[in-house]
Amino acid sequence: MEKTDKNNPVEEMTKEKTQTLVEKTLELYPEKARKKREPHMSANDPDDAGCAIRSNRKTVPGVMSARGCAYAGAKGVVWGPIRDMVHVSHGPVGCGYYSWGTRRNLVEGTMGVDVFSGMQFTSDFQERDIVYGGDKNLEVLCREAKELFPLAKGISVLSECPVGLIGDDINAVAKQSSEELDMPVIPCNCEGFRGVSQSLGHHISNDTIRDYVIGTREFAEPIGEYDVAIIGDYNIGGDAWASKKVLEEIGLNVKAVWTGDGQIEHIAATHQVKLNLIHCYRSMNYMAKIMEEKYGVPHMEFNFFGPTKIAESLRAIAARFDEKIQKKAEEVIARHNVEMQKVIDEYRPRLEGKRVLIFVGGLRPRHTIGAYEDLGMKVVASGYEFAHTDDYDKTYPEMDKGTLIFDDASEIELEKWVEEFRPDLVASGVKEKYVFQKAGVPFRQMHSWDYSGPYHAYDGFPIFARDMDMAINSPTWKLVKSPF
Amino acid sequence: MAKKIRQLAIYGKGGIGKSTTTQNTVAGLAAMGKKVMIVGCDPKADSTRLILHSKAQETVMDKVRELGTVEDLELEDVMKEGYGGVRCVESGGPEPGVGCAGRGVITAINFLEEEGAYTPDLDYVFYDVLGDVVCGGFAMPIRENKAQEIYIVVSGEMMAMYAANNICKGIVKYASSGSVRLGGLICNSRNTDKEKELIEALAARLGTQMIHYVPRHNQVQRAELRRMTVIEYSPEHEQAQEYRELARKIDENKMLVIPTPLEMDDLEDLLLEFGIIEEEDESIVGKAESA
Repeated sequence: MEKTDKNNPVEEMTKEKTQTLVEKTLELYPEKARKKREPHMSANDPDDAGCAIRSNRKTVPGVMSARGCAYAGAKGVVWGPIRDMVHVSHGPVGCGYYSWGTRRNLVEGTMGVDVFSGMQFTSDFQERDIVYGGDKNLEVLCREAKELFPLAKGISVLSECPVGLIGDDINAVAKQSSEELDMPVIPCNCEGFRGVSQSLGHHISNDTIRDYVIGTREFAEPIGEYDVAIIGDYNIGGDAWASKKVLEEIGLNVKAVWTGDGQIEHIAATHQVKLNLIHCYRSMNYMAKIMEEKYGVPHMEFNFFGPTKIAESLRAIAARFDEKIQKKAEEVIARHNVEMQKVIDEYRPRLEGKRVLIFVGGLRPRHTIGAYEDLGMKVVASGYEFAHTDDYDKTYPEMDKGTLIFDDASEIELEKWVEEFRPDLVASGVKEKYVFQKAGVPFRQMHSWDYSGPYHAYDGFPIFARDMDMAINSPTWKLVKSPF
Repeated sequence: MAKKIRQLAIYGKGGIGKSTTTQNTVAGLAAMGKKVMIVGCDPKADSTRLILHSKAQETVMDKVRELGTVEDLELEDVMKEGYGGVRCVESGGPEPGVGCAGRGVITAINFLEEEGAYTPDLDYVFYDVLGDVVCGGFAMPIRENKAQEIYIVVSGEMMAMYAANNICKGIVKYASSGSVRLGGLICNSRNTDKEKELIEALAARLGTQMIHYVPRHNQVQRAELRRMTVIEYSPEHEQAQEYRELARKIDENKMLVIPTPLEMDDLEDLLLEFGIIEEEDESIVGKAESA
């Protein structure tokens, strides 16, 4: 595979030119907003330690943001994918309904029998529940859930905004119901108004896992020296299955996945594994750190997008184990690289030199760069919706000098950049999709893989390559005229 | 032209006697031939018991809880008529410590509006509101198109005056966005020193009037034991005369102002002036008796 040289920047892109673009973009704003947005975007310079994007701040009011809320982070990301629990959206019906099934977290099992994550449970608050409190309803709901779904292994209670406003004591109900029903009932105080984005919802959820879940179970089988867990893979379009398969091929035992296709009893016993492998750092680093501090389970980040990063990651993972694993890893890499090279040979000629603008959440603004590069593509701009400083610190070295890095972008900024950079592909969310497609710019929805996937590991890369090719080289674009 | 319903809200520190004062005043207005509705805005639901001779009437929210939704509720389920044809409604709400009583007030008042409880034959609507304006729900009665006049029940006790001043701050907020005005302070006497003069002085500072000084009398207790207003229980009694006088003054009141709430220091100066509090001795602050 062709190596990418970070000091061989994208043609025509220089730090100075990008910085001028940043200034031009900021001119679109009135003074007050300009001052606030200014620290959130910058030309990248991997050698300059002073390069620092401000992040995790409140969105400037009046601009369109792609962010979600704490509830979205808790229900949609962390808790929702656990397959054998009943996840209750506690409050009025809308939050639960509109977060129902949107992330395509695939699961094994029979829906409604031993798997419930594809179902929508809500306490459906009415006026009377606001005035008199919803505690009683929640108690009844938990009891009915257990009666209707006897194979459910637990209940998560995810607070919507009104619960926090009226001060419903879900923690007390959860405690009592947990005793009565003899299973975990976990209160998660993730009211949407808390924090500046979904990021706090991830953190709150991690904290509830710390307080109510981890260490409460042990694995039935004896502990093995190759036991690992995948942390922060939500099995979007089958991602976790693809990742698990490769890790098993190199000889590791994946004992638990957090939380895609997840099982609560396995998650609860994860403190017994030898190594935690963390994919989405942003949403799960908290628990990875806690397991390291409290139970001495080390953790490491890995990246399963594209053959270059997969090989790098497999070698780094194998290095934490013995020669047997290392040898197997090399065999697995060698074997798969044959197929991967075929994929590259097929798609690279059509994708070579194509420019990408990425704006998503979690890990993808940095993790998918390698996969694009494997196909000969260049990421010219990348931004996160809800990242923190540590995410940006890990992003600068992945990006070329002079490319644009940004945080919590607004619609007007994205439009400006697309107009100026004229990327061949915008990789962002559903809110951005139609804006750019209507402007004649190829687009992939990179939150839930545009109804496709998996994109992780060796199973995912051929699909990733096909999808990018399909988006960029579709004959459709010859039929529409760009207004630019 | 259709006659405009005068809508009044009664605020004041908890336990100051808002409900008693409201019901006796309403009884006074009813005795003058006025058509009045009382809307109790307090989960305790004790704003109508003296008019209805009942312990506590069934509230809007109780009925909503029973029926499931507010849409299933009928006006006659929750509106009762009592002494002098006074119509009574209680918003109701949760017991302390759960849910949101403020939302209960909002739900109840929206219900009354939608169901046409504000009929044109009414001369007055009185909102009897819990203790302090603790949240948006308890400010509902003074939002646009509801109560235009506010009366604050107060006594010569320090905390009652603090509360009155705080309520004035709330009125200023709503006065700037709507037409709500302060009609005056009602002094419900606690027999404290120089009480009348003090409340008159406070009223002057707030830019309003002490509309009436209601002396303290055991006859109020005697009537309450029978779940009656003084006006109904003993119409000839001197205390009944006081309430009729208050009712007449309110009926004739034209002095509606945006209050000028006092700064904390000014309020303390006033209390110092009347000897309610003493000059602060900083050396004793935070020191326990035994120290």
